[in-house]
Parts: sequence; structure tokens; C-alpha cells
Amino acid sequence: MNIIVCIKQVPNTTDVKIDPATNTLVRDGVESVINPFDAYAIEEAVRLKEKLGGKVTAVTMGPPQAEKALRDAIALGCDEGVLVSDRKFAGSDTWATSYTLSAAIEKIGDYGVIVCGKQASDGDTAQVGPGISAHLDIPQVTYVRKIRGINEKTAVVERMTEEGFDVVETPLPCLFTVVKEINTPRMPSIKGMMRAKSAKISKWTAADIDAEPAALGLDGSPTRVVKIFTPEPRKGGEIISGSAGDVAKELAELLKGEVV
Amino acid sequence: MASIRILLDKCVGCSLCVKACPFGAIHMSEGKAVIDMGKCTLCGSCVAACRFSAIELEKSAGPKKDLSAYKDVWVFCEQKKGVVQSISYELLGEGRKLADKLGVKLCAVLLGEGLDAVAESLGERGADKVYYVGHPALKAYQDDPYSEVLSRLVEEYKPEVLLCGATTIGRSLISRVAIKADAGLTADCTALDIDPKERLLLQTRPAFGGNIMATITAPNHRPQMATVRHKVMKEAPVEKGRKAEVVKKDYPAEAYASRTKLLEMVEELGATVNLSEADIIVAGGRGMGGKEGFALLEDLAKVLGGAVGASRSAVDADWISYAHQVGQTGKTVVPKIYFACGISGQIQHLIGMQSSKIIVAVNKDPEAPIFKVATYGIVGDVNEVVPAITREFKRVLNK
Repeated sequence: MNIIVCIKQVPNTTDVKIDPATNTLVRDGVESVINPFDAYAIEEAVRLKEKLGGKVTAVTMGPPQAEKALRDAIALGCDEGVLVSDRKFAGSDTWATSYTLSAAIEKIGDYGVIVCGKQASDGDTAQVGPGISAHLDIPQVTYVRKIRGINEKTAVVERMTEEGFDVVETPLPCLFTVVKEINTPRMPSIKGMMRAKSAKISKWTAADIDAEPAALGLDGSPTRVVKIFTPEPRKGGEIISGSAGDVAKELAELLKGEVV
Repeated sequence: MASIRILLDKCVGCSLCVKACPFGAIHMSEGKAVIDMGKCTLCGSCVAACRFSAIELEKSAGPKKDLSAYKDVWVFCEQKKGVVQSISYELLGEGRKLADKLGVKLCAVLLGEGLDAVAESLGERGADKVYYVGHPALKAYQDDPYSEVLSRLVEEYKPEVLLCGATTIGRSLISRVAIKADAGLTADCTALDIDPKERLLLQTRPAFGGNIMATITAPNHRPQMATVRHKVMKEAPVEKGRKAEVVKKDYPAEAYASRTKLLEMVEELGATVNLSEADIIVAGGRGMGGKEGFALLEDLAKVLGGAVGASRSAVDADWISYAHQVGQTGKTVVPKIYFACGISGQIQHLIGMQSSKIIVAVNKDPEAPIFKVATYGIVGDVNEVVPAITREFKRVLNK
């Protein structure tokens, strides 16, 4: 069974800093990495392949430099990479992004499972995964924390909820978005890294994926950013000192209006 | 194709746009702004920042549907086992304000089975109208029937605004509905307002882990859809006896078909763990030293009626389950009080909790970054300080 994993290249969170003078994001020297949740998606896709055979194709939409994310995914066990890249995609919101990725997935074709990370660490929307399954009109299970069983036709999975989990049976093909609990990603292997260097990455433009031009990029995006601002950074408050008993008393006094 | 350009005759070289660009795509050259098209994502931040109307963002004119047919503010009311979730009351509280600003009705949408009385009761929370669809297939959440039925309601009654909680269910459901309805959707909003002239929903949300805030609109699409975080809006008060008009809808059998099958619902965590809804969270990190340390946190959480949270390193060390994890790869929480005990305060953790109203940090390292965001900082040993706090609150609260 062939598996598709959707990934996104994001700025490394630990590098994101605010310039205190201008109150804006400092972008210089910010490294681009694979979205943290996608590491679990890649690992789960590779595990499914090891169990069921077939191949794993990693797909990303982004600028030309996103090719690196695909090579990293191949080092982690994916077989092929598809970079969907075109100026026409600029300005895509989650509607246009999920449309573009679904068009690329239709071109890849012949898949049993699509795996996505729960959300990306830069946008944090969690909307693209369900958007892809809606465009493809296939079933979805979000927040998957465990694949209990899977064969060529169906899968039984656990979907994390606020209270615990649901056990859901789904026919394939299907899309899963996964959470951290699902696995512990492996490190890239030497063999994988060698393969990542030489692997051919397919590069597709808007014309290649046979997409409707009006549904792409800014034109295909219902939402507009009208303002961007930096929130006041949170400031540290007072330090309470003294013996454990004293600080506890003082704290209880300070919080008494908040605790009932 | 959409395009962006600098109008050189209007650009005064003030470089406001350079600062506003979240993608570092603008620089100044010979006193004028220059956009690096390789980096630009056409997000429009520079257009909003420019005070001289010197940046033009052009969108190819597409067909627009008749927006005037869309009216009313809708709130999707999430129910579990027939109980309306608190986030839905928060949305009704906010929705009331938006509906009043727009001069339209506030409508609640309820899907479930045998919930006629619950539908009626939503009037007491400010709804003028309740759309209720009752069917066995809607008893518990399933993606297919929920998204199909909600899409049909939207298609038939055409709301101007549709709000939904940014919950597990809400985020999964509403993303599918937005695609079907060809509507704009903004995730995880923390503030909503109305532009009365254009009748636009102004949706403000954090991005880049809360480092920047963005205000987003959907000018040419309806409904304008948004998910909203827990605990940022105020719950609608109960007005005893207030009545709503209840519209009961039914659809043909195919609307309720589900490809997936819900085999079992497991509540494994007890009532103390629903982090997103907790007013007080007592969280621990590596500094708690082990499972015994977390037992101290549970004692405090019990006394305060709160939930226990954890940093990633505590979860990875297997001291507590993943459901408790707060931060980038865990949950984002906004409680009234967040106790960070033995948590150093890495950026990945701060992202998940820095919007809490009050942060209390207990850490033995006075240099720990957590103290930079803490409302009240206590430098000390968690094994002494936490039990002392528990004892003190037990005494104060007579427990």
C-alpha cells in the first residue's frame, strides 16, 4: 500500500526572537526545519510501509528551498519527494493550500493512507489536513494517537479527545492527522542520508498538477491578513522570598481573589 | 494572477513596511522599498502598515457570490453526551455582541439525539433562534454526518458569521465545512470584532507561537468562519425564562451517512485533566524529579480544583501521560492561574501557556527563563514549597 505524508518547512521556534527595539520578528539566521508534528507523521508513514509494503511519498508545498525538508524526510525513511512550488501559490491561506496539496495528491494517485501532522508550528491552524480530505472527499480521522490495526481495506485507530480517546474504524483510502503520542521518531540512518543526497525530487508547478488557476494562491484564498502586530511581551513580576511557609502564606494572600 | 507592487511616486522610504513584513521580504534601496518576490507570500501586512498608500496588492477579480443573502451570527454548540460544552457558552456570549453590532439575530446550532430540551435552553444563553437537528447518527461526533448536516444548514439558511470552538471536534469539523462552503476560516482566534461599514468579521489570532498577532478578514466570502480558543471569551450569562425560536430540521438519510464508525469512547483521564477547560493548572517539569514529585502537584491541584499539566521533558521521561503536556507539541492553555513548578521555561513550553492570566513559577534556579514571564516567582525547592502552598490553601479554603 502506498502512503503519502504531507510536510511543511517552518522556521525553527527556538530561533524565533523579537527585536526589543523595533518589536518585530528577527528573521536573520533563523533556520528552517521540518514542522515538529510532521516528524511523527513521517515516522508513522514509514512504519506503515514497513508493515504493509509499498512506498512513502513525502509532499510539500513551498518555496524552492523547501526541497531540503523533502531530502530530510527521505533520510528518515521516505522513498520519494514531491515539491509543489510556483509563484502562483504565493498568498495561499489554508483553503488554497489544502486545494493545491489535494491536486498534487491526485496526481501522485494510488494511495491507501495520507498522514499529516496535527498542525504546523508557525500557523498552528490544524486546518490543512482536514481541508485536504474534504477536497479529496475521503474520510478523515484527526488527532490520531495510535493505529491499532490496519490492512489494505480498513484501519482501526484511536483519536485523542479532551477526555480520553475514541476508537474509530475507517475504510481506506483515508487521511490521518497525528499527535506526538503516536510514536518516537527514529534518527536518520547513514543509508538514508546517502539516499537523501542523491534522490531525485519531483518538482511540480501549477500547470503540472492541473489545478484551477482561480483556486490558487491569493486569488484562491478567502482570507486576508489586514494587520500584523507584536503583542506586548509579558514582563516578569515580583519575586517572593522567605521560608517555604512564608512564601506560601504570601502567595495565598495574593491569589485569594482568584481561588474559590 | 495576484500581484504586489510599490508605487514609487508615493513611497517616501520610511521603511515601515520593512518592519511590518513577517517574512523579511522587503528592503530599502535608494530610498524606496523593494520587495523580494522570492520571499513574499502576498500576506498584505505591508499594505496594512504603509501610511502613504504606496503598496498595491492586486487580486484578480473573481466571481463573487451575492453576499447580501447572508445574515445572522451562528454559533456551533458542541455537545458531549447531551451536555453543551462551556466553550459554546463562551461563543454565545461573544456572538451576542457581534450580532448586536451587525443588527442581526444570534443563532445556535445544535446537532445530537433527543436534545429538544437542551435546544430550548439555549435561549437562556442569549440565542434568538436555535437550529436543531436530532438523529441517532449525530448522537456522538463523527466527521461525515456532522460536516454534511452543518454544510446543508449553512447552504439553506446562509449565516453571515459562523463561530465554533477550537476544540478537537471543532477544528476537525469546521475545516471540512469551510471547504464545502467555499468560505474563509480563521483558526484559534483570541479576539473578534466587527467592521460595521463593510460588515466584516475582524478575526485576531496569534501566529508564530504567539510572537506575532494577525488580524484577518474574509471580504468576498460568506459565511465568515472562525474557531475560537477556550477561556478567552466570557460565558453568556443565564437569563431564566428567555425563549428562543427553535427550528427543527431533518434531512434525507444520505445526509447522516458515515464512512467511519465510532467503535468506542474511552474516558481514561478523569475530570481532573481537561486542561483546556481548567481555570487553574498546576504543571511540573524536569525539576519535579519523578512520579513522586507529580504526586505533590496532584495534591495541590486537588485542593484548588485544578488540573495537572506537564512540560515535554516530564512527559518524555514517562512521569505523566501525553494528555497532560502543555507547549508546542502538546496543548495551548489559557487558565486563570498557571503554576509552573520545576519548569525552566523553554520557548516551546512558553508558547503553550504564556497567555495565562497569572503565572506562578517555583524553581530553584533564579536564572530560569520562566521567571521572566512569571507574575509571581518563588526561588526555592519544589519539594518544600509546593507542599507548603498546598497546606496553606487547604487552611484558607477550609478543605
